[in-house]
Amino acid sequence: MALYLLRRLVQAALILLGVSVITFALLYLLPADPVRQIAGRSATVQTVENIRRQLGLDQPFLVQYGRYLLNLLQGDLGRSYLQRSEVAELIVARLPATLLLMAAGILCELVIGIAMGLWAAVRRGTPTDRALMVSSFVGVSAPQFVVGLLLLYVFGVRLGWLPISGYGTAAHLVLPALTLGLLGAGWYARMVRSSMIDVLRQDYIRTARAKGLKGSTVLFRHALPNAILPIVAMIGIDIGIFMSGVVVVESVFGWPGIGQLAWQAIQRVDIPIIMGVTLVSALAIVLGNLLADLIAPFIDPRIKLR
Amino acid sequence: MSEPIAFDMTTAVAAPPVPPGAWRRLFKRPLAVIGLTIIVVAVLGAALAPWIAPFDPNEQFFDGLSLEGAPLPPNATYWLGTDLLGRDLLSRILYGARTSLVIGIVANGAALLIGTLVGVTAGYFKGFIGGVLMRFTDLMMAFPALLLAICLAAILSPSLWIVALVIALVNWVQVARVIYTETSALSEREFIAAERTLGASGPRILFRHILPHLLSTVIVWGTLGISTTVLLEATLSYLGVGVQPPMASWGNIIFENQTYFQAAPWLVFFPGIAILLLALAFNLVGDALRDVLDPTERGRD
Repeated sequence: MALYLLRRLVQAALILLGVSVITFALLYLLPADPVRQIAGRSATVQTVENIRRQLGLDQPFLVQYGRYLLNLLQGDLGRSYLQRSEVAELIVARLPATLLLMAAGILCELVIGIAMGLWAAVRRGTPTDRALMVSSFVGVSAPQFVVGLLLLYVFGVRLGWLPISGYGTAAHLVLPALTLGLLGAGWYARMVRSSMIDVLRQDYIRTARAKGLKGSTVLFRHALPNAILPIVAMIGIDIGIFMSGVVVVESVFGWPGIGQLAWQAIQRVDIPIIMGVTLVSALAIVLGNLLADLIAPFIDPRIKLR
Repeated sequence: MSEPIAFDMTTAVAAPPVPPGAWRRLFKRPLAVIGLTIIVVAVLGAALAPWIAPFDPNEQFFDGLSLEGAPLPPNATYWLGTDLLGRDLLSRILYGARTSLVIGIVANGAALLIGTLVGVTAGYFKGFIGGVLMRFTDLMMAFPALLLAICLAAILSPSLWIVALVIALVNWVQVARVIYTETSALSEREFIAAERTLGASGPRILFRHILPHLLSTVIVWGTLGISTTVLLEATLSYLGVGVQPPMASWGNIIFENQTYFQAAPWLVFFPGIAILLLALAFNLVGDALRDVLDPTERGRD
């Protein structure tokens, strides 16, 4: 177990190293000049060159990357080009909002997905089942920004029940979390449904029924936990999808998280922030996958870690 | 390879890559038929756009705006209303279908090609190059895909083909993983071992046996992938880093009209429905294809 964990952590470190090399190289190669953004349009050639030298952007790629990596290993993500602050500070300041949104999104996804999947499995083969499965497809196929804008229009503008943008109260959280959760809910509904159908066929369910237990007891106490546990382990993998999703959802609802930070940084070619957010997201994805693999054997003892 | 392998003629020739009657079974599924119908309508709309669109998609009509300069809601002249520049929304949506389908096919085709090449190389030839390719695929899996795509598209000053390229560069990873798993499982199968024992050459096994068996997987993932691609293009265009106006794309129609959205919700609603329906159609067909093409799933429902 300890050895397995060690190996996975080394792998994770290597993957992060690779992500940093590729992102750095892409930003180096692409035809976007951060110095122009900093200096502004009216800057003289001399000013532009000075800034370039100050930031070390006149150095060859390997020198630039080496310097970045050295700082990174000391936990230093560098300074933003345009905002006078450390990238690490900017990210730490924005992270709680994103984590809150993701947690609420995952909750929405699980509640809606499990409810739909369970209902469909119980009503298997009926029109209810088919309607639920079609809606799960619609959920999966809906572009997040459209769902976000429509929810915003209906509940924010027309009904006026919820604030249309901003951050601070629980009411602000509802629409963004629902937008984020609806996409995944479709996948969960399908997985829960097929997993429930498998479980309901098992002998122990028949035994439970034969003992004369109530239908709801069999369903919620005996079948559901076994059906959803393997699926819940997949939340770790969701983190990756959510990390991408927050960019769109945060931009629709003006949610002040790291998605917004990244989006603004991309528009202004603020390379240290882009690097920082990419690395933090990659870290979350790698740890999420590791978490999913680590949880699996606890849920299903037949799975062995290799 | 020391133990003798029983050569069973039936396993060698059985299991044709695309089971017979798959297409007929596909047409028996109502959801697949709905999906196919939506796709046919979208393709016709896109192909015939210059002839069936009521107006020029880029013409800004004087009577296309209210006296206060606001976009018009759906009416007898402009069936789906007009946008903030007084252009006909229906015409723009028809032309937008071209953008979505071209990118859906080109970008997804490229992703499928790269993914299959990487997956087959890593899964069949293995060796050093295969190992490196798979490690690289693992690395790509750790990238926040949308962030990467936005970053690339924003910096590369986007055009239709750049957007397609960016999407292909992000989307091949999933395909490579799936094809890799399939290929490694296939090359362990008895009938491949039997072929090898009989002295079949590497390329013959690859082209006659491995690739045909991957066909179903490629068809299924190719169809599902178009859905992902359509959504990604719409998202990039919505953020303003995808296909650039005045060229119409369903995503950039919403992007351009966002400021008017509260007063003119049809400008989000109609293109949004278009994106949803096309993505849904490819998902429905892809899912049905998975059921009818997968031999292990046959006989269910």
